[in-house]
Amino acid sequence: MEKLIFKKPEAMTDAVMHYCAGCGHGIVHRLVAEVIDELGIREKVVAVAPVGCAVIAYDYWNFDVTEAAHGRTPAVATGIKRVLPDKVIFTYQGDGDLAAIGTSEIIHSANRAENITVIFVNNGVYGMTGGQMAPTTTVGQKTATTKAGRNIRRDGFPIKISEMLAVLEGTTYIERTAVSSPKEIIKTKKAIKKAFGIQIKNEGFSMVEILATCPTYWGQSSQDACTRIEKELVKTYPLGVLKG
Amino acid sequence: MARIKIDKEKCKGCMLCVNVCPKGIIAMSVKLNKKGVHTVGLNRAAREKCTGCAFCAIICPDVCIEVYR
Amino acid sequence: MRKAKGRVRRPDGKRILITGNEACGEGAVQAGLRFYAGYPITPQNELTAYMSRRMLDVGGTFIQAESELAAISMVFGATVAGVRAMTSSSSPGISLKQEGISYLAACELPAVIVNIMRGGPGLGNIAPSQSDYFQATKGGGHGDYHMVVLAPASCQEMLDFTRELFDIADRYRGPVMVLGDGILGQMMEPVIVDRRSSIDVRRESQTTNDKRQTTKSWALTGCKGRKPNVIKSLRLKEGELEAFNEKLEKKYDLIRKREIRFEKYRTEGAKIIIVAYGTSSRIGRASVDRLRKYGIKAGLFRPISLWPFPYEALKKLDKGNTKFLTVEMSAGQMLEDVRLAIEDKSRVHFYGRTGGGIPSEEAIVREAISYKL
Repeated sequence: MEKLIFKKPEAMTDAVMHYCAGCGHGIVHRLVAEVIDELGIREKVVAVAPVGCAVIAYDYWNFDVTEAAHGRTPAVATGIKRVLPDKVIFTYQGDGDLAAIGTSEIIHSANRAENITVIFVNNGVYGMTGGQMAPTTTVGQKTATTKAGRNIRRDGFPIKISEMLAVLEGTTYIERTAVSSPKEIIKTKKAIKKAFGIQIKNEGFSMVEILATCPTYWGQSSQDACTRIEKELVKTYPLGVLKG
Repeated sequence: MARIKIDKEKCKGCMLCVNVCPKGIIAMSVKLNKKGVHTVGLNRAAREKCTGCAFCAIICPDVCIEVYR
Repeated sequence: MRKAKGRVRRPDGKRILITGNEACGEGAVQAGLRFYAGYPITPQNELTAYMSRRMLDVGGTFIQAESELAAISMVFGATVAGVRAMTSSSSPGISLKQEGISYLAACELPAVIVNIMRGGPGLGNIAPSQSDYFQATKGGGHGDYHMVVLAPASCQEMLDFTRELFDIADRYRGPVMVLGDGILGQMMEPVIVDRRSSIDVRRESQTTNDKRQTTKSWALTGCKGRKPNVIKSLRLKEGELEAFNEKLEKKYDLIRKREIRFEKYRTEGAKIIIVAYGTSSRIGRASVDRLRKYGIKAGLFRPISLWPFPYEALKKLDKGNTKFLTVEMSAGQMLEDVRLAIEDKSRVHFYGRTGGGIPSEEAIVREAISYKL
């Protein structure tokens, strides 16, 4: 008897996502939804969406979602979690939201050991505004605001948020993964599941940094973008468990 | 026998599934969907080879693929 | 429930001597506040300290945030989850909170923001001031929005207005503001703490799972038994934002009809009317008494709701040749609303002090006499 072994998770809606072809966001959205289904927490979840490409994540997720001002995402999650300690609260943030304008909020939420989960999608550019340099843009990478490539003397270095947060006593679990191949995607899902599990067990702050593709603003095909993650990005952002 | 079902109206033709399929059963289609996008489709000659590994569904950013086994 | 440790214990109807900052905090607790996030800044520090103690008492949440931006965003989160939430600051900090206030307005989320004003611009000083009137009443943050702004003039009103503002915030689903100044925040006065108390704090559970939360059907609490709720301010579809702006305007029109508050003092037959709010109105009141003693028919008009501003009530006092003296601890901000009400610039005068200066009774009397004669 034929069985349906892979389908859209219940925690996702039927809406067609607005992301560009090959964008990593869609994969991460689905992984989060699959984990929520598997943990049976769809009716207990409150998500905080970022400002950036993923701002309208609430159109694609079938659970409670709020927006936040740019970068204040973990502060909003803090407010929700403190009021609803038995619910599962997570933020979904891009690199502009989390690693630039929201650095203060992410560091202090982590340092307060807020019992929340952070899904940090690092694709190294500002997608929504037109492919400008992000703090995570790699050295030499060309963007709308680094026409000659990111220059460390002018633009500084790619910021390694996961490594920074891992040294804080307030963090419980931090892992960096990628969504560049089925193998890495399966690892990413495991990491997301672990992160939510940590929150459910009241063990504190958990974050998964996910290297994702932005074929449009990397100027590459979807496949080449995946290859870039595995060949180049991992040199700047090594994959693996940083803490926990 | 395993098989996959592709929701062509959701497909954006990124081709990630084409590249990960170990049996080469997915290919770009000449057909356009309602959005005017060239989607992927099943390579009729090779579809019998599907093992239901679900790699295509796992990497699909638009949740277009269902896998039956 | 833990025992109260502070000077102010349970609201028991006694007159107690507390600062305006503390009275404000107590009013919030009586309104059922269970979530406060703040950041230190003078002259509102007593309020933050008081909340840290009282939230322990009532089993609520107190967070000293990393910034004003984070504090108001935490309040945003708490109100998203459906509980009553408040933050407080003083002028420079309120500038930072404008981002959050605009988002609260855009997401139609109730929250109380307290501004204990100090001198500006910039860091200014820590002396009392009324120079954030424009910021509070004309928008402050970006976009088309308003918030109800009440200006207390005593420690008792700091308590009463704060408590009431929580109801107003819930009624209209939006941010509201207590606009005080450094004098009101830091001076001590006897305050009756249980006046018009509507909520029995002792009976409230330590968790935040009280009625107020469950009655907010829009709140995000997990979508058990209902469709998912979404709270958002991004309205990209064609016409979507304009429709929302129109909805807000309708709400604001309702507020303009219902929530105007003001106070008149000895305005019968007055030839010169001092218009002042908050601390300035107390000095204005004393000045009116002095002027009347000198045989000058003076009166006081005190706007209590600064937004919505009581334009019509003020206009009614204008007999065609009445003179108005606006007194503020600023370079002249409410003055513009007084001019809008009276529509005759030549009869609207101004006396103000800036940079922490406080208008003296003598100076107001002198000004009034010079305009009257």
